[in-house]
Amino acid sequence: MRSIDQGTIPLDDASVRHLDLCLGCRACETTCPSGVRYGTLIEGARHFIESRHRRSWPERVQRWLVNRTFPNPAVMRIFGWSVRCMTRFGVHRLARAGWVPAPLRRLLRYLPDPKAPFRSVRLPERTAPRGEVRHRVGLLAGCVMQSLFGTTHTNTVRLLTEYGCEVRAPEGAGCCGALLLHNGDRERGLELARRTIAAFDSPELDAVLTNAAGCGAAMREYGEHFKEDPALRPAAERVAAKVRDVAEFVHGLPDVEPRRRMNVKVAYHDACHLLNGQGVHAEPRRLLKDIPGVEWVDLHEAEVCCGSAGSYNLTEPELAGRLAARKARNVTATGAEILVTGNPGCILQIQAALRDQGSSIRVVHTADFLAEAYTNGKAARD
Amino acid sequence: MITERLLRALRDILGGDGVVSHATELSVYDCDGYTLEKSTPEVVVLPRSTEEVAAVLKLLKHEGVPFVPRGTGTGLSGGCLPLGAPVMVSLTRMNRILELDPANRRAVVESGVVNAWVSRAAKPHGLHYVPDPSSQMACSIGGNVAENSGGPHTLKYGVTTNHVLGVTLVLPDGEVVRLGGMTEDTPGYDLLGVTVGSEGTFGIVTEAILKLYPRPQGYKTLLAVFDSVAGGSAAVAGIVASGIVPAALEMLDRLILQAVEDAFHFGFPREAGAVLIVELDGLEAGLERAAGRIREVCESNGATEIRVARDDGERDALWKCRKRAFGALGRLAPNFCCQDGVVPPTRLPEIMERIADIGEAYDLRIGNVFHAGDGNIHPILLYDERDREQTERVVAAGREILRECVALGGSLTGEHGIGVEKVALMPLIFTPDDMSVMEQVRSVFDPEDRCNPNKIFPSAEQHVEVRSPRRQAAM
Ligand SMILES: Cc1cc2nc3c(=O)[nH]c(=O)nc-3n(C[C@H](O)[C@H](O)[C@H](O)COP(=O)(O)OP(=O)(O)OC[C@H]3O[C@@H](n4cnc5c(N)ncnc54)[C@H](O)[C@@H]3O)c2cc1C
Repeated sequence: MRSIDQGTIPLDDASVRHLDLCLGCRACETTCPSGVRYGTLIEGARHFIESRHRRSWPERVQRWLVNRTFPNPAVMRIFGWSVRCMTRFGVHRLARAGWVPAPLRRLLRYLPDPKAPFRSVRLPERTAPRGEVRHRVGLLAGCVMQSLFGTTHTNTVRLLTEYGCEVRAPEGAGCCGALLLHNGDRERGLELARRTIAAFDSPELDAVLTNAAGCGAAMREYGEHFKEDPALRPAAERVAAKVRDVAEFVHGLPDVEPRRRMNVKVAYHDACHLLNGQGVHAEPRRLLKDIPGVEWVDLHEAEVCCGSAGSYNLTEPELAGRLAARKARNVTATGAEILVTGNPGCILQIQAALRDQGSSIRVVHTADFLAEAYTNGKAARD
Repeated sequence: MITERLLRALRDILGGDGVVSHATELSVYDCDGYTLEKSTPEVVVLPRSTEEVAAVLKLLKHEGVPFVPRGTGTGLSGGCLPLGAPVMVSLTRMNRILELDPANRRAVVESGVVNAWVSRAAKPHGLHYVPDPSSQMACSIGGNVAENSGGPHTLKYGVTTNHVLGVTLVLPDGEVVRLGGMTEDTPGYDLLGVTVGSEGTFGIVTEAILKLYPRPQGYKTLLAVFDSVAGGSAAVAGIVASGIVPAALEMLDRLILQAVEDAFHFGFPREAGAVLIVELDGLEAGLERAAGRIREVCESNGATEIRVARDDGERDALWKCRKRAFGALGRLAPNFCCQDGVVPPTRLPEIMERIADIGEAYDLRIGNVFHAGDGNIHPILLYDERDREQTERVVAAGREILRECVALGGSLTGEHGIGVEKVALMPLIFTPDDMSVMEQVRSVFDPEDRCNPNKIFPSAEQHVEVRSPRRQAAM
């Protein structure tokens, strides 16, 4: 990056190619003894690239699509709806049978089984807890989560309300901007971030929660993103300081306790932006291991990226596919029945790879699993 | 020098993805861990087998093109810097462990295998590969063989040459020879012995047969804290003189200690002048007594505190701090030059004092983290490569430190090799006759001077300065 900056190597297809190949998983930050903030560097580099480098037409179209659809809840809702229709009509089966052209087939691989289709949800602006209000938390409804992982949202709310949390999901929060920031579209990313900050900047909230790893990681950095904007900086820092992952927050509540036996063999995969981006490692593991009946199995290379990496699996399918296959092999080797992980992208990616390898292991969001084990009522099921 | 035709021929042997020739992509090969000098190869080839290496070298012989072998580029003397060698042969794709024979305690590996992988593979059998350079997470066995590398634990068990039973060497003309063998000693001249440590000037090592050792029954790892480097060095001299041979005896000074503490939060005393890490290993029975002796020696040399690792976890944490100390240097400065000299262990107090003086005289910050037990010092000169004048002071100060080592009865390099870095200093310890004999040995393997040319010998350096303006101080 320095060489490009200093002009020792040109900003050409070759150098951009190598920077594109970076997953942005930030595992290097976790290991770096010198504390280099590579995530910030690569984000800066991507911004630099997108503003000066002319990409080929197919690349531009692809990136435009990714950057316009995902961060837009309204578009995502339509997208979610059409995906559900496709699942119902069995398009995925056609795809798996090889009836669709390759690029489309790659996308369709991520479709779930009709038995567990995607669901969208509109979270209420405010959900009251069971019993008295002991905590007030914000929950980012987000873009992908809301339109495809509605069930997980419902379960997250149920889990939180069980333990006295009033859950606020302000409609205005929209998309947090993470995907655009990670992809180098800084201006529009910050625009979205501004709205999210405004929606959550309230002294009443004890915490601002997410159940999507990339969002949480980006939101924790709001303060830095706006450090040159004196008007917004204080609010950005306030919100950033309150950002927590759902499992991390629940783990910190004084009275959490498993309410149900779960007789199942479980492994856990670290989402990069939870582990490296937010330092969440022990909390979900502890919550899972505490559940009676859960047989815990260690996943080899649990901390290695599955290749989903935001929209990496769409822009770099070849390398993403290799990582996914390796992850799926490791998962299968554990003999687990359920793989738990805290990020929607990882779920789609690993589930698709497991399916390709003929495995019936289910990949479940941490919040879904915890809602089942840690609440009295019945958790929502797909 | 590289023609389209040659590129095509290389691609025919290795496939398109085995040949790197795009300028941008070549730029990552412009230096190793010695970043003071840089030079970019014209093409990098990535063979996957001994046969491919042999085919490439035959082709280069036919075309009369010089080349340079490269492992993983962690070298600290510029050994794989291409100087008048347009082709770089990178061995990173030859990364398979071919055979693990626990019963005979041997492993056969390709030369691109990373050092730490060998011990990892041997671990289930209770064995390990002893030489453990601090770079062991990254450096290759081929590079270790070329540099005859050491590590903290080679104090007691010997360096790479003591742990390699044989190698497969592709000579510069493409002929494949096997030196040494599966058994401990082979009759005839010890050609393996001269090959280990030849700094990549004899040909390309593609496979190596390594000895594995059982893990010791017990360890005792002590951390001794001193107010000053002088106290620590005196203790080292005392331990060596006491007749106990620790498995490892390492020193870290305050500058390094603080960076390491910031990185790993081990709980080092930040204000200490220096610490020693002393590790004893062997049968549990004798460890306690030896540890008692070490403790006495340290205390009589002014140790203010002595801690003992309570369990494997603490021991691992301590070694992690030591071995990854280099990684934490980014906290101190953008660049560093790790010098490598040796003195007799009893002269450590003097050399450490001289290093401090030299740092002051050249207005440079110098940290120290090194294999104290065998007198192998590693002064680390901090700098910023964007500051040209400071960069030049680093080169001059480094040379002066090495001159001091030689003056104290030591030598120019403990384990990192001569490479390009120390070429000019060779006359300090060798006469022209010595060097001419060495060059004759070399010419037996590489008569045309095409394999890693312009290294080790000063005659080479003169060549380079006249002939190769490409070589430039780091930008
Ligand atoms: C952080 C750090 C810590 C270090 N600690 C130690 C230490 O504790 N002890 C120590 O001894 N060294 C240490 N080193 C130096 C370095 O790691 C060793 O010299 C190592 O053996 C180099 O291996 P490499 O694969 O990186 O070789 P390279 O740097 O790629 O090459 C080194 C030399 O070997 C030649 N070469 C490489 N592979 C082959 C091959 N297959 N056939 C023929 N020639 C070949 C090259 O031409 C070159 O001359 C350290 C380096 C770093 C960066």
